[in-house]
Amino acid sequence: MSKVIPPYPPLEKGGGGDFKIKRTKSLNLPMTRKDVLSLHVGDIVSIQGLLVTGRDKLHTYLFNERPPKERIPFNLEGSILYHCGPIIEKTPQSYRCIAGGPTTSMRVEMYESWIIAEYGIKGIMGKGGMGRRTLHALKEFGCVYLHTIGGAAVYLADRVKRVSGVWKLEEFGMAEAMWILEVNDFPAIVTMDAFGKSLHDEIEMRSGKVLKELLRSTRF
Amino acid sequence: MLRLRNAIVELYRKAATSLPADVVSALQNLHRKEKKGSNAALALSVILENISGAVKTVRPLCQDTGVPVFFVRVPVGLSHLQIRSTVIKATQIATRKIPLRPNAVDILTEKNSEDNTGIGFPVIYIDETKGRNLVIDLMLKGSGSENIGQLYKLPVEELQAERNLKGVRKCVLDTVYKAQGKGCPPYVIGVGIGAAKDQVTRLSKEQLLRRLDDVNRHPVLSKLEKRISDDINSLGIGTIGLGGRTTSLGVKIGINHRHPASYFVDISVSCWADRRARMIWDMKSSKYEIQN
Repeated sequence: MSKVIPPYPPLEKGGGGDFKIKRTKSLNLPMTRKDVLSLHVGDIVSIQGLLVTGRDKLHTYLFNERPPKERIPFNLEGSILYHCGPIIEKTPQSYRCIAGGPTTSMRVEMYESWIIAEYGIKGIMGKGGMGRRTLHALKEFGCVYLHTIGGAAVYLADRVKRVSGVWKLEEFGMAEAMWILEVNDFPAIVTMDAFGKSLHDEIEMRSGKVLKELLRSTRF
Repeated sequence: MLRLRNAIVELYRKAATSLPADVVSALQNLHRKEKKGSNAALALSVILENISGAVKTVRPLCQDTGVPVFFVRVPVGLSHLQIRSTVIKATQIATRKIPLRPNAVDILTEKNSEDNTGIGFPVIYIDETKGRNLVIDLMLKGSGSENIGQLYKLPVEELQAERNLKGVRKCVLDTVYKAQGKGCPPYVIGVGIGAAKDQVTRLSKEQLLRRLDDVNRHPVLSKLEKRISDDINSLGIGTIGLGGRTTSLGVKIGINHRHPASYFVDISVSCWADRRARMIWDMKSSKYEIQN
């Protein structure tokens, strides 16, 4: 059934729309603590290097089974854990990422702080932001939350240069496996930093004030 | 049925890889309106590039190809059972061919069926129609936005929401405030009001099939839809939830009669990737047309 399809042609040079007109910080993986501390809420970054995907099942597995680092086929130290359940196609030699946007990060809030502490991850990437517990862990262990663009799965998949490996594919399935992806020029916005600042908190607070007014409004 | 099956695979492809023209043009307008260099404008530029990239390469524009939800209107005399099994077969083929992400997970074994079929999966609603055409609407409902939907039982004291349309408005605002950016705004919002829990959840989802420029036939509701949409935009949550002028692409309200004791309000939210497509199948000629 599955026919051989050549890889997609490389992106046209200079793609990226409005990202071109913003000053972006280049982020090379693995990251150091110093790299993390150079990032602040509002910074636009462009990511290069190896990162891993992980969503609901991987988080509960790491949290409940607590596998030692040697049992994970990739050194998570300094890397980015990307909340993403991609569509991946098997090719004769390897795999190809067809679509790979972020999933809602808040669902793994109860596990993330422990995972950051235990595995030395320096970046969490997803969408929608995370809560107090994670924000605290970012500060304590030196890590940032990167917000990428929800739904932009084709655009983001085209910034995956190579699928370097996969863990737990059989057990968890395509969407939930840990994929090791080599990315280039992968865009994200820092929305929670290692200094305790969260853009999500700010927007929630501001919108909460407006909501109060709207609920009180008697004009109809 | 073989031809119909293949046509449903094409319906899947259309829904997964392209957005309805009304949604695309709303997003384009939004990009022009947002402040240059703002998070919202940045995100919208990527979103627009993503939409055209998906069409060009015929790939799903979002990796979450969602829960497929079918609303089928069947002319008298056509077997509902047969339609159902054709949809299921088409789903298996579409998952492999397009490909879609396998999303159907067994509650007891936690195993993914790998072909997007399972108990109650995909969701299929079938109604009989007096019309001569078979009409199939398909919505690919991403779960980021499905998870932020809410069901309210009015009155709700916490919101001071009484059992009237003012109360309904408060419920919608509460849902969007609680959702913030978690479900990929700007959102399209479907509201269903009525007597029974199961009925209003379907009704709210059905509202998401209406085009953005569709005008509610009840002037009171039409006004309310506009009002709530403006209110949502004043929350300032913005595209992808990082601030901005627009959080709602539209609010659509549907009503049923209610019981004197009940006033249920259900809110279904769609992300900006509002994937819907329609197939109209002429029973006489077996010719069909797919549009979105």
